[in-house]
Amino acid sequence: MKHLLGLEGMSAAGLNRIFDAAEKFVGVGVGDVPKRDELKGKVVVNLFYEPSTRTRMSFGLAARRLGADVLDFSPGGSSTSKGETFIDTAKNIEAMGIDMVVVRHSSPGAPHVLAKHLMPHVRVVNAGDGAHEHPTQALLDIFTIRKKLGRVAGLTVGLVGDIAHSRVARSNIHALTTLGAKVIVCGPTTLVPQEVTQLGVEIADKLDDVLPRCDVLNLLRVQFERQRSGLFPSIREYRLLFGVDAERMKKAKADVLLLAPGPINRGVEISPDVADGRNSAILNQVTNGLAVRMAVLSELSKAA
Amino acid sequence: MIALLLRNGRVIDPSRDFDQVTDLWLADGKLAGTGAKPANISGDVKTLDCTGLIVSPGIIDMHVHLREPGREEDETIATGTEAAVAGGVTSVACMPNTEPALDTRMAVEFVVHQAERAGFCNVFPIGAVTKNRDGKELAELGGLAEGGAVAFTDDGAPVYSAEIMRRALEYCKMFNKAVLVHAEILELTQGGVMNEGFVSMQLGLRGMPGVAEDIMIYRDIVLAELTGGKVHILHVSTAGGVDLIRQGRKKAESLKAAGKPSFWISGEACPHHFILTDETLKTFDSNYKMSPPLRTEADRVAILEGLKDDTLTVLATDHAPHAPEKKERELDQAPNGILGLETFLPLCVTHLIEPGHLTWPRMLAKMTCNPAGVLGIDRGTLQPGRPADVTVIDPKAKWVIDKTTSKSKSCNTPFHGTPVVGRAVATIVGGAVKMTRMG
Repeated sequence: MKHLLGLEGMSAAGLNRIFDAAEKFVGVGVGDVPKRDELKGKVVVNLFYEPSTRTRMSFGLAARRLGADVLDFSPGGSSTSKGETFIDTAKNIEAMGIDMVVVRHSSPGAPHVLAKHLMPHVRVVNAGDGAHEHPTQALLDIFTIRKKLGRVAGLTVGLVGDIAHSRVARSNIHALTTLGAKVIVCGPTTLVPQEVTQLGVEIADKLDDVLPRCDVLNLLRVQFERQRSGLFPSIREYRLLFGVDAERMKKAKADVLLLAPGPINRGVEISPDVADGRNSAILNQVTNGLAVRMAVLSELSKAA
Repeated sequence: MIALLLRNGRVIDPSRDFDQVTDLWLADGKLAGTGAKPANISGDVKTLDCTGLIVSPGIIDMHVHLREPGREEDETIATGTEAAVAGGVTSVACMPNTEPALDTRMAVEFVVHQAERAGFCNVFPIGAVTKNRDGKELAELGGLAEGGAVAFTDDGAPVYSAEIMRRALEYCKMFNKAVLVHAEILELTQGGVMNEGFVSMQLGLRGMPGVAEDIMIYRDIVLAELTGGKVHILHVSTAGGVDLIRQGRKKAESLKAAGKPSFWISGEACPHHFILTDETLKTFDSNYKMSPPLRTEADRVAILEGLKDDTLTVLATDHAPHAPEKKERELDQAPNGILGLETFLPLCVTHLIEPGHLTWPRMLAKMTCNPAGVLGIDRGTLQPGRPADVTVIDPKAKWVIDKTTSKSKSCNTPFHGTPVVGRAVATIVGGAVKMTRMG
């Protein structure tokens, strides 16, 4: 694996190699468990053109726990505000002698373009490109499923919400179907492109019908600007049709695993009691995210 | 007297259903006939041996963005017309989406003068339909026509108001000029980067549905019928659009056959729309970004069908140069469009002649007399007495497209490195050899 640009086309063996590596990184650098030196002497750059809390901190911490030096870039107050292009910025940072770039950008394909333009020894990790892919988020979602339920194949996973604009949904669909899970996408018809069935998933628009069938529910965040652009009438109606609360949870399997990529809108796609309840693995996801990102960075640094 | 003999070529003149291996004579910048030496030619005659070559009326590309005035970093009239003759094109019609727009007589006359100064090929400016191309008020179409505008369009954007479009069609009847249509319902394409479909869903890129084009094609066909006007649909990219134009042409023909007032509807195809599909966007290469976008395999095949059954009578390039600093960007920030002039003929030969979709005379009609008919210009023919614009083509030349040798100021082509068949080997404009690869 030279770059991690997306999960489309990644084999089950490739996915499992990352998960197996991640198992060994769980807890590394926490408490008395010593840090590692897989990335000792390496420089990792966080090139984030979009706001991020979790992903950025998680990558930074993962790299440091592997012994790397970490540079942080954000466009506000940088040369971007002086009109420098994305590629030029990256090439300038590259000239400082770096080894890996973790990039988040609003344009789908930005990491792919970057990988084409940077020197061959530089590794690129996609930390979210527009509505295209967010591979490490899906990896940590599925790693959490694996740890909690012991398997992925044969499970039914419901992805609920805005599928059309979700990079998390796309990466999850690619990897889950590769690993033999059944995927149901459920959301307002304006936010679920019909072509998604060609990726081997089922479309449903009534959450109550889907709930009893799911072993895992992944609740995607509602972006409020979608309402303003006329894709659904109101937040209130979204909550009524697709929000998961204690009442609705009664229709789900008792031990259903609840995931959310965050940041969550409490009281919209998920009610506070459910977000903090016994089925929720939201905080486990964040912890597992560190291990998964350490696995990705170390696998990439090993690649010739 | 300056005379030129193009000896022993396959002379194809679709305007007169002429297709023979013979000699073609040019004298004093005019076509002087085929066969035996015309009596009025005397003195030295320069001879080009065209054995094994095709001798065609000069190729017309009626859809070209020359960018001057205003965007000389992308292309100038000089560089664009040099690229044209390199590609065997003797006449271009250039689009008015310059800065300022070609919306006054002064502006179109500037283009004509710049073209004369450059001295490569004929440039026929197309005037804007509305002032500043903003769709609100008609430009002075009479003055534009007087200054040399051969047709009108707001290309790059549609004439959004159906009322303005209707009045433009009515008004243009005074000058017998066509309105060229960029068909796009903007609300449906807003923020779009590529065709809407499976691939756009996969890539997470904002899509532009094909119906955004179809709806406006339909609107303008029925407005042509209402007004008896002359409508030409630019860069048709959808199966639905081809079908609507097919029905529209049937209607126009049946009205004419019944002796009733009829109207003009024609359509144009660009090479990229019958060669490439939206699958190419998986590379995230902005050289595959254009408007209208590359569509699906079904659309691509429908455009080929439209070319075969003469629903689409015109081939043109939509030559759209963009400087590298603008085009080589993240996909959703790059501008639309690709180069076309130098790749026009070889791509059409490779993808229309070689697979047997069209014969040489039928293909050349779509590059010569048919666009001349849309624009109402006296080119695209080998009829004696007309200006001596001739393209000599090596139909079997095998070569590889190389953007680094392009005469254009820009290099935004997705066809770099593509092997092709067929090449212009001489471009003759008004009797003068402007480009030759012969000996």
